[in-house]
Amino acid sequence: MMTIKVNGEIKHADVTADTPLLWVLRDVLGLTGTKFGCGVAQCGVCTVHVAGKPVRSCVLPIGAVGQREVVTIEAIGEQPNGAKIQKAWLDLEVIQCGYCQSGQIMAATALLNQTPVPDDSDIDAAMAGNLCRCGTYVRVRQAIKHAAAEV
Amino acid sequence: MVTPLAPRRPPSSAPKATRRAVLGAAASGAFLLGFHAPLGRSVQAQDADSAFNAFIRIDRDGAVTLIIPQVEMGQGIYTALAMVLAEELDADWSRVSVAHAPENGRLYGNPLLGEQITGGSSSVRAFWTPMRQAGARARACLVKAAAERWGAPPQALRTEAGVVIHPASGRRLTYGALAAHAATLSPPSAPSVKSPRDFRLIGKPLRRLDTPTKTDGKARYGIDALPEGVKFATLRISPVLGGRVARVDPAPALATPGVRQVVVLEDVVAVVGDHMWAAKRGLDALDIVWDDGPNARVDTDLIWRRLREASRRTGAIARDDGDAETALAKGPGRAFTAEYEMPLLAHTCMEPLNCTVDVRADGVEVWIGTQVMTRVRAIVAETTSVPIEKVKINQHLIGGGFGRRLEADMAGWAARIAMQVKGPVKVVWTREEDVRQDYYRPAYHDILWARVRKGRITAWKHRVTGSAIAARYAPVAYKAGIDPDGVDSARDMPYNIADARVEFVREEPPGIHTGWWRGVGPNNNVFAIESFIEELARRARQDPIAFRLAHLDRAPRLRSALALAREKSGWDQPLPARCGRGVAVQGAFGSFIATVVEVAVDDHGEVRLRRVTSCVDAGVVINPNSVIAQLQGGLIYGLSAGLYGEITLKDGRVQQSNFHDYRALRIDQTPPIEVHLIPSGEAPGGIGETGTTASVAALRNAVYAATGVALRQMPVKAKAIAKGVRL
Repeated sequence: MMTIKVNGEIKHADVTADTPLLWVLRDVLGLTGTKFGCGVAQCGVCTVHVAGKPVRSCVLPIGAVGQREVVTIEAIGEQPNGAKIQKAWLDLEVIQCGYCQSGQIMAATALLNQTPVPDDSDIDAAMAGNLCRCGTYVRVRQAIKHAAAEV
Repeated sequence: MVTPLAPRRPPSSAPKATRRAVLGAAASGAFLLGFHAPLGRSVQAQDADSAFNAFIRIDRDGAVTLIIPQVEMGQGIYTALAMVLAEELDADWSRVSVAHAPENGRLYGNPLLGEQITGGSSSVRAFWTPMRQAGARARACLVKAAAERWGAPPQALRTEAGVVIHPASGRRLTYGALAAHAATLSPPSAPSVKSPRDFRLIGKPLRRLDTPTKTDGKARYGIDALPEGVKFATLRISPVLGGRVARVDPAPALATPGVRQVVVLEDVVAVVGDHMWAAKRGLDALDIVWDDGPNARVDTDLIWRRLREASRRTGAIARDDGDAETALAKGPGRAFTAEYEMPLLAHTCMEPLNCTVDVRADGVEVWIGTQVMTRVRAIVAETTSVPIEKVKINQHLIGGGFGRRLEADMAGWAARIAMQVKGPVKVVWTREEDVRQDYYRPAYHDILWARVRKGRITAWKHRVTGSAIAARYAPVAYKAGIDPDGVDSARDMPYNIADARVEFVREEPPGIHTGWWRGVGPNNNVFAIESFIEELARRARQDPIAFRLAHLDRAPRLRSALALAREKSGWDQPLPARCGRGVAVQGAFGSFIATVVEVAVDDHGEVRLRRVTSCVDAGVVINPNSVIAQLQGGLIYGLSAGLYGEITLKDGRVQQSNFHDYRALRIDQTPPIEVHLIPSGEAPGGIGETGTTASVAALRNAVYAATGVALRQMPVKAKAIAKGVRL
């Protein structure tokens, strides 16, 4: 039995320690907001925060999470930067199909946490791991700047 | 029937099909969350709702539910069609929510395509008039109900935002108060629709209805379905089309923690477990020996060889104006010819293919996001031998369609596996399987011929050689050897040339399925035509835009778009060395677009995008914000293909597997993209595929301008630029 802290709650999962966090969240805990896209950390749709840092949950074994707190898209709106990013995403109507957007929002929130006013190269560095096949990148970039400019 | 919900699990979405379903949901405690939560709206189930027609329900409290026949896959169709209905209904937009239509081809069939199908950039074009009429009919009934209530003539009443008003007396009644009565009245058969100058909603950049729950993890896609007791499976299909499982020992999978079952069928092995990781590890533990069958030696070279050989044949004639053969053979001026090739492409929707199926004694229930509900229902019924009325399809939001979800194969595979499993099973494809078992955009070989005299094209011939997707998908549309999609935008190309001939040669690639891909036939034809036009313009030493304009004398909407693109792209501004601008125009899908791509090419032939400008006349625009987003995204989808997209085969197997070897543009490679909409009163055009089709030729022509190398094959390759044909 593995134990992790997700969105402020202690959760137990009857899985082996090598099970990626992604599948524990989605298939065991029912937190389906975090998505599966590639399984090899190539697309970023599975991005969650572990101890405040963005990680690809599809390659992070649950056994490596330890005591560190996991935050997913379901709770990111409780953080000031998470809420700002969500609002900017809607204000600029970034989203199309939306499937990658949990990961985009998690990555963008982590960027703002690290760099409150990111420039284009900061955005490129932080967001290049998040693929979007709908091609929302132009608005992702605008929305990050929009959120950063919000007081 | 509504799916029972496990308390700790978020509900999966299910269509609100009937009043009974609503009450059933309320009784079971789910209280409509199952359906409405994904779209962020709620409806008071205890209030009577009144169904005016297949598309409109109004509750006693004034909440309006619009049932949208086309599925939402990012294109914004839930919002666009809701805006059209709400406009004519004069609904209060703040009280509008939307629902997925259930499977019912009679009520919800796409009038342009003849079945319940979301594709071909057709949704707005198909439903523009029916939705306006449905909204207007319901509004007429509401007015009539108020008129009866007040003893006033209907023409003395007006409506606004969910209220009927009698201006003479100042009396007002809400739609909610009138709904139950109004729904019993017979609507006028030919209701009058609004004049565009009276539009309150259409043309405004309203917020999308589907996006709030896409920011907080609540939106439900097919892959998120979690019916009670669901097990998780992943599959490996024969890596060679037509191959079979020769032998496999299930023991290593069964020894994997969390694995429950191994399903071995003729041409697929699936492992079922408590979660995807168990299933995936179990599958990876198996040593499956395949009998590859007749396609074991197919490779990309064979596919190209056959295509090139076939392209030497005269094709079925799709257009024959004047006498192109004679004019090409001996007309005045210079003769030119060139051949262009487009590769096989995968779709790689961000949501990998998946389908959840529960085969029960009383019927079959399916959870999926699909562009083709009718086909999914049919394939599940056929596979399981269950009568179709006992197959229930729960539609979901789609995490990228791009044509891949116009196929129903994923439902067929899932149904076959589910027949071997007790209880519901969710079959999720790995990305590797998603890439390797696609219905690929066909490879095409195009030959173009032209004669040019004094800067004017006098004769034209275009022979398209490729797969006829329609012959498989919609055989009735495949007539006399011509796939109408295969010659779309070639047969009706915009340039005015008196002697013009267009031919189609059908040549199916061995060992691989072909299917629809965002931009469909025009992808190939616009690329070939706009590449060839570019070469003709430069050979004639003319400015590419001026050369096009000279031949667009019968295409005023394209002329306007092109003139605007010249201005907005800075076409006449100088560029640094090794930089270039390329242009392309197209009139596909009922929209008229001119696109300029600007690139820089380094000394190694690596291409960097600098800027993209698109100007489009899409007729009446319902939601400009969504249209611009579709164009930006469509351009990126096409540019990804133009820069990287190529599926290859060796020993019958697709060689690509995931995003590292089947690449797509990332944010750091995406340049500023400007989209300009040209105001228009024409009927709405399609927009979902327009940008994709528009981008590849413009990219190719930009590389040509930057380097002098006229690429004839996509994708753009650094090596090809270094060694390419300089014109």
